[in-house]
Amino acid sequence: MTIPKEEVTKAFNNKHTAFMPYFTLGYPDYQTSLDIIQSCAEAGADLMELGMPFSDPLADGPTIQNSTQVALKNGVDIEQCLQAVGDLRNRGITIPLMLMGYYNPILNYGEQRFVEKAEASGANGFIIPDLPPEEGASFECHCINNKLALSYLLAPTSTEERIKLVAEKASGFVYLVSLTGVTGARIDLPNYLQDFVGLVRRHVTDPLAIGFGISTPDQAQAVGKLVEGVIVGSKLINIAGDSTNPAEACGQFVADMVSALKQDS
Amino acid sequence: METKSPLPKKFGQYGGQFVPEVLMPALEELEKAYISAQQDQAFQSKLYDLLDTYVGRPTPLTFAQRLSTHCGGAKIYLKREDLAHSGAHKINNALGQALLAKRMGKSRIIAETGAGQHGVATATACALLGLKCVVYMGTVDMDRQAPNVARMRLLGTEVRAVDGGSQTLKDAINEAIRDWVTNVDDTYYLLGSALGPHPYPTMVRDFQSIIGQETRGQIIDAENMLPDVIIACVGGGSNAIGIFHEFINEKNVSLIGVEAGGLDISGGKHAARFADTSIGRPGVLHGCYTYVLQDEDGQIALTHSVSAGLDYAAIGPEHTYLREQKRATYTHASDAEALHAFQLLCELEGIIPALESSHAIAEAIKLAPNMSPETTIVVNLSGRGDKDLDTVLDEIDLKK
Repeated sequence: MTIPKEEVTKAFNNKHTAFMPYFTLGYPDYQTSLDIIQSCAEAGADLMELGMPFSDPLADGPTIQNSTQVALKNGVDIEQCLQAVGDLRNRGITIPLMLMGYYNPILNYGEQRFVEKAEASGANGFIIPDLPPEEGASFECHCINNKLALSYLLAPTSTEERIKLVAEKASGFVYLVSLTGVTGARIDLPNYLQDFVGLVRRHVTDPLAIGFGISTPDQAQAVGKLVEGVIVGSKLINIAGDSTNPAEACGQFVADMVSALKQDS
Repeated sequence: METKSPLPKKFGQYGGQFVPEVLMPALEELEKAYISAQQDQAFQSKLYDLLDTYVGRPTPLTFAQRLSTHCGGAKIYLKREDLAHSGAHKINNALGQALLAKRMGKSRIIAETGAGQHGVATATACALLGLKCVVYMGTVDMDRQAPNVARMRLLGTEVRAVDGGSQTLKDAINEAIRDWVTNVDDTYYLLGSALGPHPYPTMVRDFQSIIGQETRGQIIDAENMLPDVIIACVGGGSNAIGIFHEFINEKNVSLIGVEAGGLDISGGKHAARFADTSIGRPGVLHGCYTYVLQDEDGQIALTHSVSAGLDYAAIGPEHTYLREQKRATYTHASDAEALHAFQLLCELEGIIPALESSHAIAEAIKLAPNMSPETTIVVNLSGRGDKDLDTVLDEIDLKK
């Protein structure tokens, strides 16, 4: 069942491929993470994925693992992640905001309470990497009731049967994992992407976004030819970690990526 | 539309498959391969032949006469998994899954290990079957179970140190899953306990059920009746489910799982998922829904136990189900109680037990005096304690 999520799909209404960065809430500290996200939005990001820290992020590579550990040490909990969405809205950010995190903290907080509070704070949807559609029925229900998107993931290993399942259950957009592996910047992207996207398109009508491994404007441009959205996480966190002015450096990176995607459209 | 699963994915509401999408097709493939192997006579014969001629099964059931006399009460029997090749029950599952991996055409095996017993068992099975093997192990565990690290390396396995998080079993599993996500095409993840996503809890239980099957015949030979109580330690819970499973329908046999009570329950320095209601409640860790130690924000709690094999924040989902059904009860033994039981078994029976298994012995020592001499207790002595000598010698004074 596809519930058109106007707010999330708004990200894909531009002429160019949408640029959808991920950033960990609370890294390197709470206020700076909001500054960075604001700066990314102002530099032209079409949607932001806000990472909620978890102690055992088993789909993430070292960069995001480290950033979430720092966030946890800074005391960032699920309550503060929800507050962050409100804070960002108060800063005048209007692009779609998706909360991305692992399932256990959400389950522990209460699925319904979490979805309702997220809606009230101004979030537009969720990405939960360890919640496949088989386990997502009740969370999906709360999303539908609150008119929020739930973006499921597909991987190069996904069978046609699973692609159909995700096509039926996902809303907002479908997150294509570019490679078998954890998150993190890679030099080369796999050459089977075109076939993978082609197979997914046979069943999925929602916009498609590709993430995992993308770090340069050239890569974004290449991937952007195939799909409606490009996701970058680890590279942005590396930039934030390496810079004395992370908000400015991240904003500059986003501007470069958006400009590369615009050139191609 | 949900695809129909040939094996139940959950025990009541517990279990399931909470994993990244990349692994979902791999779990489907594994389930199909496992079902097909179960029905394949040649596969089963090969496994049973190895269990017989290589592992040394059946393992004996030993009457612990002096320990029983010392406790004064029930007769205590020990199911001697410590005598299985490579020193613990872990080999039953490792061999079964390694044969399955080979049948599936996987050339590379990965595994996690806490105490190192599962790592050694996997390294052993891989050496025997000519498979490449990588074992992930937390650096804290590598320190306290150094002999097992050396054994794995001797067996040709690459041991990869895991420095993240608490540097114990939980973090080793995280890294093994990350490896599997990355190399899913040619790699088989040989999970060592009855936990993780479906079908692992079911498959590991099945491979370990031979413990209970043998125990039934052996105790009937010895006592002409079923035991009154069966006791096993529970980390993830594979040795416990292995001995319990055969007796689940025998309502007169009490099944008792013993968790790691660590230093104390109230201070949070333990791995007792059921005992500490302030941090133990249902949650999702490593792909399954079960009891998990977690803080108020749902972050996984750090655990403590003198025994590396019990030092884990979640318990296998079938145990949570058995507890909910009131078919099994779960208690805990502290580090000190386990060390006391360890010493007692050494001195009274000439058996050096693993620190994990010592938790089960500790519970037998508590129970036996309150039971009549006609009653029997079977303790699953899941492993031998050579690996624990460094830890034990740090904790107890041998000068007498």
